Amino acid sequence: MKLKIQNILIFSLFTFFIFISTLISYNPGLAIRDNFIQFAVSMVKILPAAFILIGLFEVWVKRETVEKHFGQNSGMKGFIWAIILASTTVGGTYVAFPVAYSLFHKGARYSIIFTYIGAAALVRIPMTLFEASFLGIKFTMIRLFTSLPLIIITSIWLDKLIGPDYQLKDDEL
Amino acid sequence: MYLIYIITTLSLIISIVFDFSKTKQAIKIALKKLLNILPAFLKMLILVSFMLYFVPDQMIVKYLGQNSDLYGLFASLSFGSITMMPGFIAFPLAGILVDKGVSYMNIAGFSTTLMMIGILTYPVEKKYLGHRLTILRNLISFAIAIIVTLVIGLSFGEVF
Repeated sequence: MKLKIQNILIFSLFTFFIFISTLISYNPGLAIRDNFIQFAVSMVKILPAAFILIGLFEVWVKRETVEKHFGQNSGMKGFIWAIILASTTVGGTYVAFPVAYSLFHKGARYSIIFTYIGAAALVRIPMTLFEASFLGIKFTMIRLFTSLPLIIITSIWLDKLIGPDYQLKDDEL
Repeated sequence: MYLIYIITTLSLIISIVFDFSKTKQAIKIALKKLLNILPAFLKMLILVSFMLYFVPDQMIVKYLGQNSDLYGLFASLSFGSITMMPGFIAFPLAGILVDKGVSYMNIAGFSTTLMMIGILTYPVEKKYLGHRLTILRNLISFAIAIIVTLVIGLSFGEVF
């Protein structure tokens, strides 16, 4: 783990703030501490499993396979696969970013990974079912059929906008 | 939720059966990747825990519930962008808003920006995509959210 000075400073300040708040029972501090714990727990539940799957993906899935389905010549099918893959994402977009990053380094094109990230935000299956049960199927269907085409169109546009020479950072994330 | 553990465990077992050393390598990669991104995740957690304190659910219900006009729409887009909450909190909250008579349009504005815009996830997103792409992606997402919101408004007969 690379720890930068700035990070160390932020984390120690936060720890200090929580420690003092607990000591003197400073209510806002206690509430913030509880929020932190609640979110940290939900992330600890998801992240290890997600990263093990990413690790397995990196060693087992061949570059050619990713290039064939998500690469420059994957056509419209690539987008469909990206959306299907996205719908099975758990957690939130914060899980989609490392997956997208691995896909990119295995040869997926930009428009595909932007579609994947966008779709992971919008169409995760458990979340969508939950939404439909609270807001109705009409609401969910309109939302999906409006947003998905827009995601694909803007992903292609963003791909063109950044140009073929754009490189994602490659510092072993 | 448990499904991901079942899938991960099964995948690991299958992987070990086929090739033990490759599996070991996969775990190593997973650990390295997780440790490298951990500081960014911690920063995101700190941001989230402050934001949830300053913008609690009751505040969102209050603002969105009172104003179903253009001001309410603006509030819903803003609240959705700056907060972050899992679906099992967000949608029951949206259900409460419907019962309070908030328009579907404003609920769409809130939930779509909530899902797509990541101001709080910025530290994590920036690590993977870089500044420029992160900002571009969020701006585009905001535009998409506005369009979705308007289409929902039209479909439910809430505008024009």
